[in-house]
Amino acid sequence: MSVPILEVVDLHAAYGRIEVLRGVDLTVPRGAVVALLGPNGAGKSTLLKVISGQMEQTSGDIHLSGVHVSGAKPDDLARVGLTTVPEGRSVFPNLTVEENLLLMSYAGVSADKVYDTAYSYFPRLYERAFQLAGTLSGGEQQMLAMARALSSDPALLLLDELSMGLAPLIVDELYDTVVQIADSGVSILVVEQFARTALEVADYAAVMTGGRIVATGEPDEINEIMADVILGGAA
Amino acid sequence: MSEFISYTIIGIFTGAAYAIAASGLVLTYSTTRVFNIAHGAVGMVFAFVYWDFSVRQGFPVWISLILVLFVAAPLFGVFVQRVLARGLGSAPVSVSLVVTVGLLVGLIGVATQIWPPEARTLPQFFHGHLIRVGSVVITWQELITVTLSIVVAMSLYVLLTMTRIGTAMRASVDNPELLQLYGGRPQVVAALAWAVGSSLAALAGILLAPVVGLQYYDLTLLVISAYAAAMLGRLTSLPMTYVGAMALGIGQSYVVGYLQNIPFSDKVPGLPAVIPTVFLFAILVLLPQAPLRIGQVKGMVSAPVPSLGKAARWGTLLVVLVLFISVGMPDSKLLLVGTAATYAIVMLSLVLLTGYGGYVSLAQFTFAGVGAVAYSKVDQPNLFGLLVAVLIAAAVGAVVAIPVLRLTGLYLALATLAFAQLMDKLVFQASFAFKFDNPLHAERLSIFGVKVDGTGSYAVVMTVFFVLIAMVVLAVRRGRLGRILIAVRDSPAAAGTLGIDMRWLRVGLFAASAGIAGLAGALFAGLRGTIVAFDFQFFASLLLLLMAVVWGVTSVTGAAIGGIFLMYLPVAQSDNPSIAGLLFLLLGVGAVILARDPNGLANKLFQIPGWIQDSVYPAIVRRFPAMAMNKESGYDDPASLEEVDADAVAAR
Repeated sequence: MSVPILEVVDLHAAYGRIEVLRGVDLTVPRGAVVALLGPNGAGKSTLLKVISGQMEQTSGDIHLSGVHVSGAKPDDLARVGLTTVPEGRSVFPNLTVEENLLLMSYAGVSADKVYDTAYSYFPRLYERAFQLAGTLSGGEQQMLAMARALSSDPALLLLDELSMGLAPLIVDELYDTVVQIADSGVSILVVEQFARTALEVADYAAVMTGGRIVATGEPDEINEIMADVILGGAA
Repeated sequence: MSEFISYTIIGIFTGAAYAIAASGLVLTYSTTRVFNIAHGAVGMVFAFVYWDFSVRQGFPVWISLILVLFVAAPLFGVFVQRVLARGLGSAPVSVSLVVTVGLLVGLIGVATQIWPPEARTLPQFFHGHLIRVGSVVITWQELITVTLSIVVAMSLYVLLTMTRIGTAMRASVDNPELLQLYGGRPQVVAALAWAVGSSLAALAGILLAPVVGLQYYDLTLLVISAYAAAMLGRLTSLPMTYVGAMALGIGQSYVVGYLQNIPFSDKVPGLPAVIPTVFLFAILVLLPQAPLRIGQVKGMVSAPVPSLGKAARWGTLLVVLVLFISVGMPDSKLLLVGTAATYAIVMLSLVLLTGYGGYVSLAQFTFAGVGAVAYSKVDQPNLFGLLVAVLIAAAVGAVVAIPVLRLTGLYLALATLAFAQLMDKLVFQASFAFKFDNPLHAERLSIFGVKVDGTGSYAVVMTVFFVLIAMVVLAVRRGRLGRILIAVRDSPAAAGTLGIDMRWLRVGLFAASAGIAGLAGALFAGLRGTIVAFDFQFFASLLLLLMAVVWGVTSVTGAAIGGIFLMYLPVAQSDNPSIAGLLFLLLGVGAVILARDPNGLANKLFQIPGWIQDSVYPAIVRRFPAMAMNKESGYDDPASLEEVDADAVAAR
């Protein structure tokens, strides 16, 4: 078995005195799509923040491709191939679409290539190239955010709540893009509350609640126990 | 006609220099959200550095220019970003204002320390060579300035719109965390912005110094023109900033040139000097409303509010103390005691406005000056005259606050700055106030027919006034109004949704604060007998703000201690002229360090008893068990515990 792209071992993290992650163990195999599900306040977003370097853990280890990366800065991680799309609209509203794309070239792909990839996947963005990103519709903004995932050629992609505040139809479209990215060999960790769509594209799934991973397995198995976990509180 | 053209040329030159200064200001503000009040002081210091290199040490001009513009100034900018300005963009406006005011005062201190006052001249570029076009004469200095301003404009445009780092600069304002996830480095971006900004300030200083003269204050305050120009561009748009700078430069030049042709112009001798200030004020008033920043909560731990009884006890103690020390003191010392009381009262006005209200005013001494002038002009040395002085000062305070009702903290602070400048240069100099350096006379106060004549008793009376106003301020803080003030300070948006009318609250707050300052000024006028405009200068308000922040702008104790130190500052400076500048620097540094904790040193004092009880006493007992006190005595005294509880409740 090859070295997993992401391995989280016994991770603890806290906001002040309130512990949010209480020993999380999670593995994302190379080339796999893993869906991380769980109710509000389970610690999913915090986990992503710690993995992406935005927050420091109190204890525990993170390995990216077997390299121990605890304490790395988010900008350094972004430059070595970890692409994080945080929840909400992760674009710069006061820059034009093209300027947003220009900034995506920090991840190591030349700006021209970023434009090529983004515009060929999303012709809509090409039409709006010189429009301020803040004036785009929610779906278009999420397209722009996904353009970064597509064009920056990441080793690992972290997606936080893609579906938040979007119409189901647009969510389906976005997940089609996720599948395309996965097919190109990128490993993906998808965090969602809304389980169905994420489970359809995932190879593996994990359920998180109360700061721990309480179940892992194939999407089908998880789909069956989801209701119990979220409503019954299996933790 | 040729007269008109040469005024225009001078105007374009001034405008170009303003534009360079203003664009640096806009660059730092729009990438880091820190409005650098000290921008002009940076330019002033580097004009001196340039003078030092090129004139004193005799380096060739081009080497000096490169050293200053591309080495010293950028390094300084990076230093400021790394050490002072970090995280300031997301802090409350009052904190970033205080930090940059601290920087301003510190820089003036550095300049006076390294380059003590003496006559210095900085030659113009290619001095003596003139370009003649028909009947119009242009100096090389003017030509170079205008050319450079165009170069700066073009380079900034290219930097911000065509390069990735420039785009990242604009992105980091919106969301620095997201920029990091993109792989950008917000710290590097901010450091670059500060480096370029201070380099531009230096350039403007160097270009203007030969014309304005190498003066600490003149060069520092030139930045008001830059503020005005930058405001026209709403601190973000560079093209509008350039338009503003040019309009201002040319307008100022015409006023200077043609004012003597207008009748009655001799009534306002200071008018040309305040054109930028008038411009700034006008733009502030005309600015569109700034949106409330939703979701912003700036809660902070406040200093404890003492109970009424406790405050009364301490107040009585203070009065008795002053009574004791004033016995047998020479008059010169007694004047200092009275001055300290004056300053302490002015600081109380800041406790109300800044400590409780969260607004920064850069004009408290100007309000004090209004009170003093009113007291002297009304010529009723009794409580009625005092009341009139207070009301006039309060009305003036409201007049400052009303035009900028719609605006947020930064603009309000700038409006007070503009107001202070206007009063300094225009009103205090006018024939109905001080005229030019003309002392005004005032009589000692009489209370219900009893005239307080002796300097000692007057100082005691002033202390009593301080204690009374302090009690009123504390009563306000404890009551309903105090809760509203804190709520509005901590989350304007939430307070707005509760139906609190923040605008009139703000006017009232400003008026009350100005009234307190006016009272201090009136008492001060009575103390001194003669007052001059110099006593109420704009710069003193900056020192006051810094001193208040250092000692704690949220507590009355901080105001009392701050007042004493503010009185002592000029005394210490005249006693030790060799380190006069260092004292400013010390104050500036102190303010920069303590600005993030507005409770200041006074709050640290409040914590000492708790610290002794929690750390020192147990440590001593552990080492020397014999020293352990009985359970009934000392700290566990139930009466004192009750009082602490009452305070804690009041603080909430």
